[in-house]
Amino acid sequence: MSEKIPVQIDDITCEVERGTTILQACKCAGLRVPTLCHHPDLEVAGICRICVVEVEGMSGLQAACAYPIRQPIKVRTNSPRVRRARRVNLDLILSEHYGDCYTCVRNGTCELQELAREYGVDRYRYPSTTTPKFKIDRSTAIVRDQNKCISCKRCIRTCIDLQQVSALETANRGHNVLIQTAFDKPISDVVCINCGQCINRCPTGALRSNMPNELLWHAIDDPEKHVIIQTAPSPRAAIGEEFGYEPGTSVTKKLNAALRRLGFDNVFDTNFAADLTIMEEGTELLTRLKKVLVDGDSSVKVPMFTSCSPGWVKYIEHYYPEYLDHLSSCKSPQQMFGAILKTYYAKKVGIDPEKMVVVALMPCVAKKFECNRPEMSDSGHKDVDFGLTTREMAVMIKEAGIHLKDMPDEDFDHPLGLGSGAGLIFGATGGVMEAAIRSVYEIVTGRPVPFKGLDVMPVRGMEGIRDATLTIENPLPEYQWLDGVTLKVAVAHGTANARILMEKLKAGKLAYHFIEVMACPGGCLGGGGQPIPTSPEIRAARARAIYSEDHQLVLRKSHENPEINQLYAEFLGEPLGHLSHKLLHTHYTPRGRFFLEGL
Amino acid sequence: MKNEKKKILFGEFVTGAGLVRALEMGPGKVVAEVKASNLKGRGGAGFPTGLKWELTAKQESDEKFIICNADEGEPGTFKDRLLLMEQAEKVLEGMAIAGFAIGARQGFIYLRGEYVYLKKSLEDAIASMINRRFLGQNINKTDFSFEVEVRLGAGAYVCGEEFALISSMNGYRGEPRNKPPYPSEVGFRDKPTVVNNVETLCYVPYIVTKGAEWFKEHGTQASTGTKLFSVSGDVKHPGVYELELGITVNQLLAEVGGEGAKSVQVGGASGLNVAEKDFDKSICFEGLPPGGSIMVFNHQRDMLHVLKNFMEFFVEESCGQCTPCREGNYRLLEGVRMLEKGECSVRYLKELEALCDVMKDSSKCGLGQTAPNAFLSIVENFKTEILYR
Repeated sequence: MSEKIPVQIDDITCEVERGTTILQACKCAGLRVPTLCHHPDLEVAGICRICVVEVEGMSGLQAACAYPIRQPIKVRTNSPRVRRARRVNLDLILSEHYGDCYTCVRNGTCELQELAREYGVDRYRYPSTTTPKFKIDRSTAIVRDQNKCISCKRCIRTCIDLQQVSALETANRGHNVLIQTAFDKPISDVVCINCGQCINRCPTGALRSNMPNELLWHAIDDPEKHVIIQTAPSPRAAIGEEFGYEPGTSVTKKLNAALRRLGFDNVFDTNFAADLTIMEEGTELLTRLKKVLVDGDSSVKVPMFTSCSPGWVKYIEHYYPEYLDHLSSCKSPQQMFGAILKTYYAKKVGIDPEKMVVVALMPCVAKKFECNRPEMSDSGHKDVDFGLTTREMAVMIKEAGIHLKDMPDEDFDHPLGLGSGAGLIFGATGGVMEAAIRSVYEIVTGRPVPFKGLDVMPVRGMEGIRDATLTIENPLPEYQWLDGVTLKVAVAHGTANARILMEKLKAGKLAYHFIEVMACPGGCLGGGGQPIPTSPEIRAARARAIYSEDHQLVLRKSHENPEINQLYAEFLGEPLGHLSHKLLHTHYTPRGRFFLEGL
Repeated sequence: MKNEKKKILFGEFVTGAGLVRALEMGPGKVVAEVKASNLKGRGGAGFPTGLKWELTAKQESDEKFIICNADEGEPGTFKDRLLLMEQAEKVLEGMAIAGFAIGARQGFIYLRGEYVYLKKSLEDAIASMINRRFLGQNINKTDFSFEVEVRLGAGAYVCGEEFALISSMNGYRGEPRNKPPYPSEVGFRDKPTVVNNVETLCYVPYIVTKGAEWFKEHGTQASTGTKLFSVSGDVKHPGVYELELGITVNQLLAEVGGEGAKSVQVGGASGLNVAEKDFDKSICFEGLPPGGSIMVFNHQRDMLHVLKNFMEFFVEESCGQCTPCREGNYRLLEGVRMLEKGECSVRYLKELEALCDVMKDSSKCGLGQTAPNAFLSIVENFKTEILYR
């Protein structure tokens, strides 16, 4: 299919492959065609009619994003007809869109606002919407404001096609079209997994995360409160984008300084808790494998699934509740950290856990739902008080008048501030698997993984589903039962890919021992709380930042983290021990196919 | 023009004769004959039927489908209903011939939701055709087999648009899709599909038996054949008429007892409003759009009221996907309401006319592209009446 077709766009001639859209061809020709409903991650819709162009021989204007070039064509992207249609369609959308830009979280990143600016819009052509028509729908994680919705259906295409969650669909017709949940229930009561991918792709402020910023300021400003923040690897590789850095710039150390100036009493590294997760989850995997392979215990389930991604956890609770026994009982690093902070750390430094406020800086919107799960209070308190997204933190930093670029480099606090490269790569799809393989293989054989530079390349990359095998040879005496066993692992990112994997598992077509699933495309670095915009290129850049940081570290294996070993020695005892079980492990809730509970 | 009621469709007909003839001719010759007849789609868009068949016949696929578009939803149209009630066998025979021509073994009648009461009689007709071996396995003892099933719409006007129809049949929301690819390439269940209007299919058995040349004796050079018109409004004899394409509005009015009309809406809500000064224009694909609906308004009718009715219809029936149709129709209706109250300036009316042009130019499907026709033509024909109330 490398047939080349000549195309003339305005005064530029070029050749494109058959099936290339006019929009893609325009990009190749260096021409910018404005778009609104189009998104690089999503199926083509061709509904906003902003990208219309003239195609010679066609009676009407054509949507550049949706027109595949199949024969030589002549296109005009800047004619009076084209400009008029774009402007009228833009004016139609603007008149229907209710929202004052200065009270909108998307002020400055709104694509509609940007278009209006580009087109020099200085008035409403048609009577404008002056009063809100819809009530705001708010869950712990997500806020939906239909008044700002422009019916581009990016959220629907995200929810149905990209993520296959299907919490949102179109309701009604014509001017009454709405984006709705099943039976118009609140978003909190339906299958929404809080992945927030719709937020990342909404061109306006119709979808946003539930910001806890004001409550958090209160806590910071309260001298009685000891406010601790833990930062996950992905926000550190992306928050720079909010401050003018190129995508793929890691700002970990500057961020530490900024967070201290913001008023946090401690700045810790979630990578530490990621290492802890590997210790617990790796041990759990080995325990499960032994029970299955040696004892033939059918009550123990393999493959084991990772449980770090709260979006994935809720997805499996809704869509595959019969597989909940396969889900690792480990809490996510965020929650493990909270439980350790409010027990071990509180005691160690002599702070009343009641007065401790634990904040998690996460790339994730679902972390808000996770920290509010009723079972997440094994420390005797709410383990994590606030889940804050990258975008929300950027707002706080800006509000405090802090210039990130001017910050000095500062380290994390200790103990609990040391994380390995293995914990760091949790931020990218395949990272948990790679971290687990680095430790489990070495624990079992006494030798490092047989991959150059510890890089477990087969589980890396952006393929939707990847798998790898690893044969155990000459294990240590206590792991003789694994001698000659070939471990089969798989990695999936984005719940649509997870579904493909699950359906194959259900049909008995696949056999794995361990599967990593991240709800978001690209893993955490593509999380719903990350800076907007998102695209495959931006996610690849963030992944590069994470992997190169891993390479710069000396400590790259979770089980070699001295602060982890200190934690076990001083407090937890051993992985999967009594205290671990109480503080670091959890259970899951079967949920409905359509609603949070029931059906 | 004389009143010759028995032209083609209301003339003599022997069930199965066309099908038997088609089976003798072979698929290639059937397509060639229909193509030569210059038969154009009677649903409103007027796409050449033979070309549609030819494009679909050329596609290589294990499965192909024929869909009879019986989602007759254009306001003022009721001619397909008559055919489905009185000439169901002719429709089914047309489908079987189409299926034979393009290599399909399965056909569907997509029946308008409101026509649910016709489902039983259609299924009886299918059973009767199967009994006589004009449908089902080994039709007329040949290798050709063709089944027909009735599927019901749920009342959305937009589902008369072929892609929305296919989307609805596939189990999704009935919404038009981007073209290309066309249904001849990717249609029902993603297989090559021909969607033909009820009336279009009814001409097929005649063309096959009597030949393209005979068919072309009717109508004009570019608009061959006759056409059914659903005539309603201020006329003495409302009903369904089979008339030659190319007939003028005046001739048509004389036929139906509608002399002295103020204006005629030709082609339904999505068609054009024709005022007295243009009554000498002819109705055909190269003239006034022959959608099949003729609504006659006498001098007592308030044209703004008529327009409001049409715009309310489009606001309700737009699928709501694309901006110009979803928001444009709403703004046009809002404009009509402003006109009613005398609150619409001449300048704003111009703004709305420009909006109409953009809707025609940039809407995703035929609904949005034709929805402003009524607004533009009524405002043009009756500007004084509308502005100075």
